[in-house]
Amino acid sequence: MDCASHDPAVALIAERLAHMDPVELRRRADIAEVELFNQGITFTVYSDKDAIDRILPFDLIPRVLTSKEWDHLERGVRQRVAALNAFIHDVYHGQKILKDGIVPTALVTGNANFRPEMVGLKVPHGTYVHVCGIDIIRDERGEFLVLEDNARTPSGVSYVLENRKMMRRIFPDLLDGIPIRPVGSYGTMLQAAMAEIAPTDVSEPQVVLLSPGIYNSAYFEHIFLAREMGVPLVEGNDLVVEDAHVFMRTTAGLAPVHSIYRRLNDDFLDPDVFRPDSTLGVRGLIDSWRRGRVAIANAVGTGVADDKAIYAYMPRIIRYYLSEEAILANVETHICGEPEGLAFTLANLEKLVVKPVGESGGYGLIIGPHATAAEIAAFRLQLKADPANYISQPMISLSVSPTLCGAKLAPRHVDLRPFAITGKSTWVLPGGLTRVALREGSLVVNSSQGGGSKDTWVLE
Amino acid sequence: MSYYTATSGRGPLLLSRYAEALFWLARYMERIENLARVLDVTDTFVRHGADRTGWRSIIQINADEKRFNELYGEADAASVARFYLADRENPTSILSSLFAARENARTLRPLISTEMWAQINVFYNKVRTLTEADCAPSRVSGLCTYLKDQCQSHAGITDGTLFRDQGWAFYNIGKFLERGDQTSRLVDIKYHTLLPSVDDVGSPLDISQWHGLLRAASGFHAYRRIHPAVMTPSTVAGFLLMNHSFPRSITLCVHQIEIYLSQLSSGYGLRGAYIAQEQLDELRAALMDQNIDQILSRGLHEFLDWVQLQFIGLQNAMASNFWRKTEQVQSQG
Repeated sequence: MDCASHDPAVALIAERLAHMDPVELRRRADIAEVELFNQGITFTVYSDKDAIDRILPFDLIPRVLTSKEWDHLERGVRQRVAALNAFIHDVYHGQKILKDGIVPTALVTGNANFRPEMVGLKVPHGTYVHVCGIDIIRDERGEFLVLEDNARTPSGVSYVLENRKMMRRIFPDLLDGIPIRPVGSYGTMLQAAMAEIAPTDVSEPQVVLLSPGIYNSAYFEHIFLAREMGVPLVEGNDLVVEDAHVFMRTTAGLAPVHSIYRRLNDDFLDPDVFRPDSTLGVRGLIDSWRRGRVAIANAVGTGVADDKAIYAYMPRIIRYYLSEEAILANVETHICGEPEGLAFTLANLEKLVVKPVGESGGYGLIIGPHATAAEIAAFRLQLKADPANYISQPMISLSVSPTLCGAKLAPRHVDLRPFAITGKSTWVLPGGLTRVALREGSLVVNSSQGGGSKDTWVLE
Repeated sequence: MSYYTATSGRGPLLLSRYAEALFWLARYMERIENLARVLDVTDTFVRHGADRTGWRSIIQINADEKRFNELYGEADAASVARFYLADRENPTSILSSLFAARENARTLRPLISTEMWAQINVFYNKVRTLTEADCAPSRVSGLCTYLKDQCQSHAGITDGTLFRDQGWAFYNIGKFLERGDQTSRLVDIKYHTLLPSVDDVGSPLDISQWHGLLRAASGFHAYRRIHPAVMTPSTVAGFLLMNHSFPRSITLCVHQIEIYLSQLSSGYGLRGAYIAQEQLDELRAALMDQNIDQILSRGLHEFLDWVQLQFIGLQNAMASNFWRKTEQVQSQG
């Protein structure tokens, strides 16, 4: 929450919270967690004999964004999505951006997520990234910065809607009279986008959601979205391709399918084209798609645009296609493949986080402030030997948001993942998923490492 | 497989996988309720000395002699309750059936109400954590009451929230198929343990044992209304198997299955349902064309064996006409 804000609604929320007994807050928080568990708003961990459900911890103190803050974020997200789509279109068609030397060719065509099958393929409305999740943080000056683009199958949107429902049930006295932008239309918007990209010769396209199935840890989200969209949740075995058309197996026989929102990675989509051992996908699906008989969202091959290497170039990519400066800046990033970036990185190794780009994520990363002198010396040699393989960033500090810890409120670090849906045009869900690092001092918001989520309120 | 051609007014399409999961969800929940009922009544009657073979006969009803003998040996209140309530290794235990029911419900979550899922979820999480002490003989009756209550909650929520499209028919076919099958097993086993020898057919018997059988099927009071003065093996068996109004009789179950199959064939135009209806014809005829005395004189056990085969035939007809047989979470065929 922006404490400098003069928004009366923000002041009202703060006042209500200040008068709330922390023990009562704790009691409500406990009720919320039991409800989430009982309703199966969970991810499931399977062992040999049992299925254990875990909830994503829910913090009942909302994260509030003013309309001014949100307008800025929303414009930034739209711009980012437009640039991502333009970039992906270009790398699978003329590759002008590579020829013009803006982005190094090797970073794109040598990327494991570059799909040669996509070269020359036209997709409806030039949209590749139909659902985009952009991870955003806030720095010391209150500026919103992009940390990461998720252009493949970003998850977490179900929690945005479920958190709002939960808040209405357990905290009606906090919401009362506060003008919060609604989030409930996500399913309708996604269904509409899926219909917009369906083959144009079909008047009432059949949309489905393709899930890896009940054993996938995100199965709850798949259920949630299928219900919100009002479409069948199918698994690979429910679909069959005949004569290059896609059908689903129903009690009445085979029924045509025109538009597939898939929550399955590229690798598993079609054993004829990608991993031949995939049992989750549909044989012949990609051929049908290439012939324009079915739509698939997100498109295949979007992974080329959302990895660390390309991230560093996003401000230039935005400038190149849109002739605009980035509305949302990147976290300060130095490209070691370029002389200035390398010189800066070498001079500041003890202050920086240096990451290898490409596929090796997590490996070979050095956190300067936490490294010994010997480690830094060794890393210096490594970096000099192959500078193009590295980027560097300052230690990132995330902003904090008041969070219920035990029975008192305390600051905890948060990030934000807004979701954008694009068919013919782009729509951004007001708010997004606020993840919170529940452990004191922690900057890691991931659910696997003690992260939880909050409801995100965008004020009118 | 035929291509679907759009027909109006018949409701939304149903994925084959969902049809199968609805069918099995209903079967498992019905199975749990029946087992809880039989355990409860057996507990009462054995305790009162009215039914000494009671615990052993539950094992016979479920055809579990081999597995039970290997694991437990002696059939008494403690061993049978543990085996059927919370034994994860026993695929016919309530815990195993509930696990399977919940996995089917998980598959169905896009289709069923949140309440329906949450009730099964909470139910399973409770049963999953039952300890040996919870299944001790002194607590069996209370636990069975809880289990029945939960199954009836499921039935109520399902009735109140499940959309009445073809999925409803698949659910009910599974439910009545399981119920009819359970009644046939209960009568088959009990009838013969309660008759000391063939010569005793029709002779006066210890009435309390027949009470027990009727109570196991929740039919005691209804039976009394129909036959206030008489209680013979023949009238009890006739009631349980063939009464048109008793909700657990085979006749009523078969009639319900027919109604739902005909919804699928006439209402939704599903060709597969005609084949399943044909499969049911013989059973329907056998129940209509003879009375209980004719069945008893021709051999009750042979008849019930045949009834069970007809149910298996129907199960197979459903599977081969509406879904593939390989993918389902099942603890027992």
